[in-house]
Amino acid sequence: MSLVLPGDVTDLTDATASDSALQRFLHGLPGVDQVGAEKRAATLATRSIKRGSKRWALDLAISMVDLTTLEGADTPGRIRSLCAKAVRPDPSDPQVPSAAAVCVYPDLVGTAVEAVGGSGVQVASVATAFPSGRSSLDIKLADTRDAVAAGADEIDMVIDRGAFLTGRYGQVLEEIVAVKEACGDAHLKVILETGELATYDNVRRASWLALAGGGDFVKTSTGKVSPASTLPVTLVMLEAVRDFAQLTGEIRGVKSAGGIRTAKDALRYLVLVNEVAGPEWLRPDRYRFGASSLLNDLLLQRTKQLTGVYADPDRVTID
Amino acid sequence: MSQTETETETETVPDVATPTWEYDPAPEARELAHIRSSYGLFIDGEFVDPAGDGSFATIDPSTERHLAEVALAGGEDVDRAVAAARKAFGPWSAASGRDRGRYLFRLARLLAERAREFAVLESIDNGKPIRETRDIDVPTAAAHLFYHAGWADKLDWAGLGPQPRPLGVAGQVIPWNFPLLMLIWKIAPALACGNTVVIKPAETTPLSAMLFAELCQQAELPPGVVNIVTGAGETGAAIVSHGDVDKVAFTGSTAVGKAIQRELAGSGKRLTLELGGKAANVVFDDAPIDQAVEGIVDGIFFNQGHVCCAGSRLLVQENVHDLVVDKLKRRLETLRLGDPLDKNTDIGAINSAEQLERITSLVDIGEAEGGERWSPACELPSSGFWFAPTVFTGVGASSRIAVEEIFGPVLSVLTFRTPEEAVAKANNTPYGLSAGVWTEKGSRMFWMADRLEAGVVWANTFNRLDPTSPFGGYKESGFGREGGRHGLAAYLAAPALEG
Repeated sequence: MSLVLPGDVTDLTDATASDSALQRFLHGLPGVDQVGAEKRAATLATRSIKRGSKRWALDLAISMVDLTTLEGADTPGRIRSLCAKAVRPDPSDPQVPSAAAVCVYPDLVGTAVEAVGGSGVQVASVATAFPSGRSSLDIKLADTRDAVAAGADEIDMVIDRGAFLTGRYGQVLEEIVAVKEACGDAHLKVILETGELATYDNVRRASWLALAGGGDFVKTSTGKVSPASTLPVTLVMLEAVRDFAQLTGEIRGVKSAGGIRTAKDALRYLVLVNEVAGPEWLRPDRYRFGASSLLNDLLLQRTKQLTGVYADPDRVTID
Repeated sequence: MSQTETETETETVPDVATPTWEYDPAPEARELAHIRSSYGLFIDGEFVDPAGDGSFATIDPSTERHLAEVALAGGEDVDRAVAAARKAFGPWSAASGRDRGRYLFRLARLLAERAREFAVLESIDNGKPIRETRDIDVPTAAAHLFYHAGWADKLDWAGLGPQPRPLGVAGQVIPWNFPLLMLIWKIAPALACGNTVVIKPAETTPLSAMLFAELCQQAELPPGVVNIVTGAGETGAAIVSHGDVDKVAFTGSTAVGKAIQRELAGSGKRLTLELGGKAANVVFDDAPIDQAVEGIVDGIFFNQGHVCCAGSRLLVQENVHDLVVDKLKRRLETLRLGDPLDKNTDIGAINSAEQLERITSLVDIGEAEGGERWSPACELPSSGFWFAPTVFTGVGASSRIAVEEIFGPVLSVLTFRTPEEAVAKANNTPYGLSAGVWTEKGSRMFWMADRLEAGVVWANTFNRLDPTSPFGGYKESGFGREGGRHGLAAYLAAPALEG
């Protein structure tokens, strides 16, 4: 087996057996040097993606979008419109792939499920007292079950940052395990809310915790806290997922959410995925963008690549 | 109907089963660099023909394509250049620091304005990737000009005594690995301190220096303050041994440096030497491993390893050796080698056939001496000079690849058990230019930095250069510092210090 971690950790069973073992394991992970991580992300951001490789990546990015609306003012009509957009992002061009999913609040899951129909677009629901996570475990589990019962294919949970930051890692892990169980067949994305974790070391520890707890994806942010996703934060999470796959043979995904608005940004994230995790992560079931306005810019850039001219922004719908 | 739907789906969804993402070529525009068919010498503010009719060719090392004929300066030309510098020295040294600073600021701004042109030209003539010339060589060169422009009117407060005086005419000889950056490292402090210069770029990379000569004209720098003579070793020797040169600054090989020091003994000329290196990059088991791997890559594969301060000896604590080597190899698989002008290229061409030959022969010796050689799968272009990134494990401390400066993309990996052993091994070299230490433990970092015999010790980073930070060597890596306040001392006579 190839080596991914210092010391003698060969699997995560022992590492997660007790609170103290978990503490030792997470704090035994190699540190992240802030300057170095940010420099690496900045260097990769200078990659210049042109022509065919750009067209391919724009389509890939479209197919990785979790088209999101998480507003108190959301209406069933708005959800239906969003779903139509996700299924067929550009009605004038059937070559444009569908988005990966729509991401909504639990009470709108039913509407979304109906609207996407059998299109293959997944319905993701935030749950567990999103976005703050400030509720009892019972409420969080009920929230999750509710969304799953309404037909959600994917659940985006938030971790208890208060527990994490005060070092109660066992509690965070137990919650993830319990929510995963409540998910049943639904895929679980674990939102770390990196904007509240303060250090890259914490991002790395929270990533491993989420992976050990059974999260199918680790996700950067709720989108409700600034900063949301950044390139270096995603870099650290991709490293964790890469190392986890090497250690356990299980491939998990990463979702970058919040603040990614332009196709240029999206391509930079995909370069990170390609060069840090590896090309085997360049698939919608292994990497996602959580975004709302990004899809429109991807469509505009796609048209630009095909026709050579920038389309009027009013040619794409504002949802 | 369902058949049709399935087909449509297959067409519209990107091929996710076997994702590979080949980046299409993204070349920077070659025509940004205007290369003349031939170049004269830059003496007394003018481009002039050499006294003799000698010339030499400079080529693009990535294709072996001929670029230009460059004048070969002989002794007579060096005489003219030194005379021009001598004549200019009077008014230049008498000018106020503020006026000298103004010229340097002007050069800095012009260089920044024409940065792309310089970056492209440098990549073509040297073979290094445009990503490096664009993001490192040219901006750092401009930063050195800006930094020293700021010093020009503050020399009284440089800590070198009251009213320090310039030395006179500086004769400077620079290498091919950072042609423009080394040129500016030499010229900027000399001019800020009131000296005039005669400088010789390396024979394989003269073009960015000649473009800088145009910049001097554009900035209306007084004639004779900067004189650039091109040629090979003999031209350099003529500058160094010239009777009217007051100060010699040389960056290059230790062998030539020693010869210069012997020659100058007793001549009264001031001398600074920045020579070879065989830097240790020390990785402890508590290092930030992923960033350490990046630092190892930056340390030895930056600029194809053509870096005197390159981290060519990796010293890894034995309990993380396998982990670090494994991660390093995975990382090296992602390096992109090829066209230096492609914006996505990480590894460019080796600068010359001669250097490629030296690297190849030392690597062969390393293999013969029992080192385990590894390179990532990497296709080398059919023309030009190329060498794949290479890692040697199982290297003995006495192996020639672990001792001699290779000046190429070749890393030797050695292990250590205790911090004391790391220091002993790191210092066990005739060189002492730079070192790197990777640990999350602050106290150990300082403990190491105190004991490493190297002019620069990088803490959790490598090959970071900044004009405010003095750069220079211990032992056979030379003496004198470039950059920072210390660098000014090399170009000023300081009465208070010399007694």
